[in-house]
Amino acid sequence: MNFVPHTQADIQEMLKAIGVSSVEDLFKDISPGLRAKSFNLPQGLSELEVVEYCRNLSSLNSSGLKNFLGAGFYQHFIPAAVDELAGRSEFYTAYTPYQPESSQGWLQSIYEYQTAICELTGLDVANASLYDGGTAIFEAAMMALRITGRNKIILDSGVNFIYRSMLYSYTANLNIEFVETQVVHGQSCREEVYKYLDDKTAAIILQNPNFFGAVDDHTDIVEKAHSFGCLVIESVYPISLGMLKTPAEMGVDIAVGEGQSLGLPLSFGGPYLGFMCVKKDFVRKMPGRIVGATLDKEGKRGFVLTLQAREQHIRREKATSNICSNQALCALRAVIYLSLIGKEGLKELAELNYQKSEFAKELLAKIPKVEVKRSSPTFNEFTIVLPKRVDHVIKKMTAKGFIAGFPLGKYYKGMDNYLLVTVTEIKSKDNIVDFAKALEEVLVA
Amino acid sequence: MQLIFEKSKPGRRAVKLPRLDVPIKTGLAAKYLRRKEADLPQASELDIVRHFTNLSRMNFSVDTNFYPLGSCTMKYNPKFTEKIARMEGFSDIHPLIWQLEAGEKFAQGALEVVYQLERLLSEITGMSAFTTQPLAGAHGELTGVMLIAAYHKAKGNRRKYVIVPDSSHGTNPASAAIAGYEVVVIPSDKNGFMDLEIFKSKLNPDVAAVMLTCPNTLGIFESQIGQICEAAHKVDALVYYDGANLNAILGKARPGDFGFDVVHLNLHKSFGTPHGGGGPGSGPVGVSKKLDEFLPVPRLIKDADGTIKPEFNRPKSIGRIAPFYGNFGVMLRAYAYILFLGKSGLIEVAEAAVLNANYCRVKLKEYFDLPYDRVCMHECVFSATRQKLNGVSALDIAKYLIEKRIHPPTIYFPLIVPEAIMIEPTETESKETLDNFIKVMKEAAAFAISDPQRLKDAPQNTQVSRLDEAKAVRDLDLRWHPL
Amino acid sequence: MEEVREGLFYTKEHEWVKIEDNFATFGITDHAQHALGDVTFVELPKAGAELAQGKMFATIESVKAASDVFAPLSGIVVKVNSDLVNKPESINKSPYGEAWFVAVEIKNEAEKKNLMDAAAYKDYLGGLK
Repeated sequence: MNFVPHTQADIQEMLKAIGVSSVEDLFKDISPGLRAKSFNLPQGLSELEVVEYCRNLSSLNSSGLKNFLGAGFYQHFIPAAVDELAGRSEFYTAYTPYQPESSQGWLQSIYEYQTAICELTGLDVANASLYDGGTAIFEAAMMALRITGRNKIILDSGVNFIYRSMLYSYTANLNIEFVETQVVHGQSCREEVYKYLDDKTAAIILQNPNFFGAVDDHTDIVEKAHSFGCLVIESVYPISLGMLKTPAEMGVDIAVGEGQSLGLPLSFGGPYLGFMCVKKDFVRKMPGRIVGATLDKEGKRGFVLTLQAREQHIRREKATSNICSNQALCALRAVIYLSLIGKEGLKELAELNYQKSEFAKELLAKIPKVEVKRSSPTFNEFTIVLPKRVDHVIKKMTAKGFIAGFPLGKYYKGMDNYLLVTVTEIKSKDNIVDFAKALEEVLVA
Repeated sequence: MQLIFEKSKPGRRAVKLPRLDVPIKTGLAAKYLRRKEADLPQASELDIVRHFTNLSRMNFSVDTNFYPLGSCTMKYNPKFTEKIARMEGFSDIHPLIWQLEAGEKFAQGALEVVYQLERLLSEITGMSAFTTQPLAGAHGELTGVMLIAAYHKAKGNRRKYVIVPDSSHGTNPASAAIAGYEVVVIPSDKNGFMDLEIFKSKLNPDVAAVMLTCPNTLGIFESQIGQICEAAHKVDALVYYDGANLNAILGKARPGDFGFDVVHLNLHKSFGTPHGGGGPGSGPVGVSKKLDEFLPVPRLIKDADGTIKPEFNRPKSIGRIAPFYGNFGVMLRAYAYILFLGKSGLIEVAEAAVLNANYCRVKLKEYFDLPYDRVCMHECVFSATRQKLNGVSALDIAKYLIEKRIHPPTIYFPLIVPEAIMIEPTETESKETLDNFIKVMKEAAAFAISDPQRLKDAPQNTQVSRLDEAKAVRDLDLRWHPL
Repeated sequence: MEEVREGLFYTKEHEWVKIEDNFATFGITDHAQHALGDVTFVELPKAGAELAQGKMFATIESVKAASDVFAPLSGIVVKVNSDLVNKPESINKSPYGEAWFVAVEIKNEAEKKNLMDAAAYKDYLGGLK
């Protein structure tokens, strides 16, 4: 029981072989003074009881609400084959492929994942993944500091506020100078970025589409940055890359992002997937695991973890990062998802997101006193201004079965009436019409 | 096997998306659009299902093979926890909902899981409070060192050094360095303990912390642990517990009782959540009372009416270290695992894990060198130095095990043992499985004497034979290219 | 067997030095390349860089190890073996020949007293075993 297979006879036989009379004898190194002072835990339950208890807890959550909330974390359609394949225990009960001969399945799938991420972003080399989109930005920033030997970073305030606050937490004890630049008419403010850009700047960190949903072309910023020897890091939304200009096409040096939308459920915040893709000159400065192809003794292709001399288990305090794992199972979901969606499917998917969101904009603009912000183009997320405080509206919308969106005023001064609305492919025309109707009712009431 | 990209054929499709049911609007201006399309696979659903199913069969895993990978605790992963994690009421919850106006009521079930798990982990380790935000063990280490920095900073001096023993995991010095500290390494003594005299000589008021693994990476419980904590606290240096090896002492001893100030756990090791081929993990961090106020935001608080809400107003907090509340899906599995085992089940885990490791130790010590020969905890570390005299390395022995369908133990770690072979059987393996492993290890020892080349040629029955890792670095090939 | 070449000077960190007039060439010893295994990557300083005795001036990586290389003498780099960067495996094949790292103009003659000659280095290696 408790997944321990030993019978009493097994235990006695093993103790005899070891030469002790009781299991307790094996714990003699822990002196009485160091023994647990308390271990006040509940008694164990059966599988039936645990599952029912958890099912009851799960029913207390809101899975039935129609979700127009994104803010960097999106509900997309997940084909059933993703769960089925990533749910194979030959994948999920293995560990990091330290021994390539017994891990070719994992190694090949990560190589395929790296290829898919390179195709999405257009850049040369992807690693085997990082924890999430936020830690990926931090790792990219550290990488830029290492490459340039500089210590100043320009951070566009269009980068998700959650990621900006994570970046500040991580760097609180490091000697880094941050400058945060404004968003004007939805897009990065060139004037301000250029004002701060100098030959001490290691990197500019941008996001596309940015937190307000606005789409931008950062080519001009990248050119200017490079003229100062400064790198550009861009956080991207992978589904949007079915349509939008790639980081590579803008000349970006390091692309990162949250890969949750590639076949991972929202799952109350994790596990998610941080991806990173860089120009090939920077590969040795990259954090995290990397898989490469090579040959075996007979000349047959095989895959191995490579460039390991960058990593903590070899370089210890001089490693490019302290990261030990990758989000392998999440990366596997992503590559299965991208294979299923496929080359044509990704373009179609991006188009669905764009068109449905444009349709929603049009309907919402017809509601009296509602303003849809149109100063810059958007992909599947946009900002509207309501005649009332947004938090009250959100509360009333949940009563009507909708999560209305993200209240920008919570994190941006003077935006108490601003709501960030997301429309992905999972919303039918009827869902969007119902949403607009419900919002009008709430605003009129 | 061919890559899914190589199996691709123009025009082939898998997923059918819903048709566009809204009027079509003008698209974006050309300057915002991508010019070169992404060359993703073009394959049928069956092509893809068959491809990844076959890839899965090219792995050793706990469900298919004995996997005594030292320091990684490759125990059985119960299936009911997978079932729970897939419940829609958990998997479909948007992580921001509970932070919206009156939104917390839509996530009370999920929040209860986190809230209860934090309390269970506190009791298991004897710590004052826990945060489940860190996304993996190494991420927990970084969080822990950041908490230590915040503690010293609040006292007016962040301090300069972090001490680690030379037997530590590589993540310890790497995490300390990333948090901005200089690392001081202490050698191990002849018992495999951190050398106490050298340690004391390096302790001074500029030391922020000492990071220890207990039991240590040799699988030995360092009986001087209490003295180390005491000496460190005398100069107000904090003591960090790397929880990689907690499995061995569940219910027997608690780091909080020894005097540790910060603890990280690996839910994917001690608490039975799947390793996922390298992740996702989860690395909750526990702290003693004096560090509570520095924990990452948000914290979970329970109202008088039992409603759990986020609390952001913690002025001394180190801030956010994860976007939300950690790898919820992993925590959920660990929570279910702890509920299932309960108090006596967790104690049974430690006892059987230690019994199994000692059984392997005793049965194999005649055949392999055991540099630190004493009762071990959950793992034992042999050395292939004897075999090395015949030209057989730990790597060769590992490859022979693969041929015999056993995942090799961890090799070449800890760094202080030459030709190290680190065996952690875990509690879920039966005596029969261990006996078979012991038999194969003895075979390897015999071949090392009679026919070393036999081991050098292993493995002979795998999809690929030994791979040229030097070539992989020299001629980097990190992605497939379209023809 | 690990070769120790006569006529060169050595450090405890297993670097070798060839001294000709006021110039010195640096490399790593046969013992060092054996310990590292297959070398896959070398990072060298640029010409004109100022090296200080005992301070790191290059890094070497093998498949499963990474190691810093320390300057045996202080001096200004006058020549860099750029072929080495493209063919790091020559460190395994020819540590005392093809695989030299850099040549420097010696800054401080007196530092030579900190180096070992071949006989002393052989004794030193013997003591490590």
